Amino acid sequence: LVFTEEDKYGLYSSLLFKYFLAEGIVCGHDLFVASAKEHPDNILKELPAPLLDDTYGKDLGDEAAAVKSEDFQDSMKIAWRYQNLPKMETSPTTYTKFGHYYDVSKKMSPELCQSVKWHSFYLHEELPSEPKMKAWNMNSGYARLLQSIQRIISQEGFDGSDPQKKQRNVLRIGIQSLGSILWGDDVCCSDAPEDPHSLTKFLYVLRGLLRKSLSACIITVPAHLIQNKAIMERVTNLSDMVVGLESFIGSERETNPLYKDYHGLVHVHQIPRLNSLICDVSDTKDLAFRLKRKLLTIERLHLPPDLSDTVSRASKQDLAGSAKLLSSGCGAVAIGKQHLDF
Amino acid sequence: QGKFTLLRDTRTDGSFLVHHFLSFYLRAGCKVCFVALLQSFSHYNIVAQKLGVSLAAAKEQGQLVFLEGLKSCLDLLFGEEEQPGQPSPLQFLSTSDLRALFEFVRVSLTPSDCSWKGPVLLVDDLSVLLSLGAAPVAVLDFIHYCRVSVCCQLKGNVVVLVHSNEDSEDEENELVVNSLCHHSDLILWAEGLATGFCKDVHGQIKIIKRLSLRQAAEQDLVQIYQYKIQDRNVTFFARGLSAAVL
Repeated sequence: LVFTEEDKYGLYSSLLFKYFLAEGIVCGHDLFVASAKEHPDNILKELPAPLLDDTYGKDLGDEAAAVKSEDFQDSMKIAWRYQNLPKMETSPTTYTKFGHYYDVSKKMSPELCQSVKWHSFYLHEELPSEPKMKAWNMNSGYARLLQSIQRIISQEGFDGSDPQKKQRNVLRIGIQSLGSILWGDDVCCSDAPEDPHSLTKFLYVLRGLLRKSLSACIITVPAHLIQNKAIMERVTNLSDMVVGLESFIGSERETNPLYKDYHGLVHVHQIPRLNSLICDVSDTKDLAFRLKRKLLTIERLHLPPDLSDTVSRASKQDLAGSAKLLSSGCGAVAIGKQHLDF
Repeated sequence: QGKFTLLRDTRTDGSFLVHHFLSFYLRAGCKVCFVALLQSFSHYNIVAQKLGVSLAAAKEQGQLVFLEGLKSCLDLLFGEEEQPGQPSPLQFLSTSDLRALFEFVRVSLTPSDCSWKGPVLLVDDLSVLLSLGAAPVAVLDFIHYCRVSVCCQLKGNVVVLVHSNEDSEDEENELVVNSLCHHSDLILWAEGLATGFCKDVHGQIKIIKRLSLRQAAEQDLVQIYQYKIQDRNVTFFARGLSAAVL
């Protein structure tokens, strides 16, 4: 269960959502798309087109060759301790076969979209809830969504209930903007919502459905609107993976020279720890994303070295403040409010 | 015998302690009732196999009573009408009443044969009950009833996992956690390091033996270790002496 906190204007989270669905189509998985905001048909029309293997591979190959030609074999003289660290790889230079790449500027062809079976749930077109669901004590929109998901899982045999079926497939579920007012839940509007347990109960039952079947789910939630932080803590406990997207649009970080290459930050709050005592912990937790003309890439946050003396006092203090938030080592940014004048 | 152990985690995942206690008590030959609310049976089974215990075998022999919360809740919500005599232990999803859950625990741990040693109740994790609509007072009552029947009447042990966060805004959870801390005989508190994330030291564990609970003049004994979790076990070491440093 991948739980994504949306960025303020929802631009990048919807992009991530579409990537998930597009990957499903390319892999031949079945899809289930639920939304209260946009009709799922429209969402599916907007999926990015997959990049053909050979063209992207060639681009990457060129880049990699260019990097290798500037050989950094000359030993470092001043910062010699850094020589032993592996070279900072900001983007994947070797073309790995895991997953596919997508071109954001092009839309996926309708034939490719039709090649998989997909189910949709658009809240405003659904029938009113069945009487049995009244006993659930949950927001009716969520209850109907759960009913719909469960029906698809059992009908299409994703839970292994149909022994006849030889070909087992995976169901990718995408739920957009859960918890927003459009679902009938006021958890995003008020500090003391009417039914604070609806969202968490929904997640618990969804988790049960996912564990019982061959499915994976991504949910995007406008977390910045949820004022009751207790709910966010509980939601984090109930999800396997929690990722937050923070875009720089409209905040002072947009013009901050530290972040000029990036469009936003990726906060990984939790990674799944399934079937094992340990989880796969990567060595750095600072990730940023940028939307190039064709690609959305997520890279390690790589600060440029702080070389200039002409940076004004005000922004230097901001840099120091934000540098404190980073946990991995970086260039020579002074930490501390007072700067000694030499 | 008759001890209440609280497992607590902050800023990190303390579930490795649950896995440890589960395999520990099963290996010791105790009858275990495991209320697993957050993960599926196969998850615990796979980890337990790495630790050398087979949950499936224990279940078959009757040593382990496993309540898989996720599965039971699906049966309750999507299944057919249940028999009137057997309320589902997860009934509190619709009625906010934890009595059925307590009945389940009591019935499963009441000794029917003498082949196993003392009964043990293990709960993973209690904070989920609050997320599912139970009131904090109801959760505390449930734990109280469990303690009375398991610790005092049956002379067994109870181990419960809760999550907590510093500066948490979840007041209900903090209320439950603080109250349980006062009533525990032993608290194992797994915390993420205050200095941030580290690859070689996954966290710090505080072991608090609440001697003050039994005898008025005694002080609690606090020990602090750091730990690193590996695939099949967890290594503990004194603070600052991780293998990466030495």
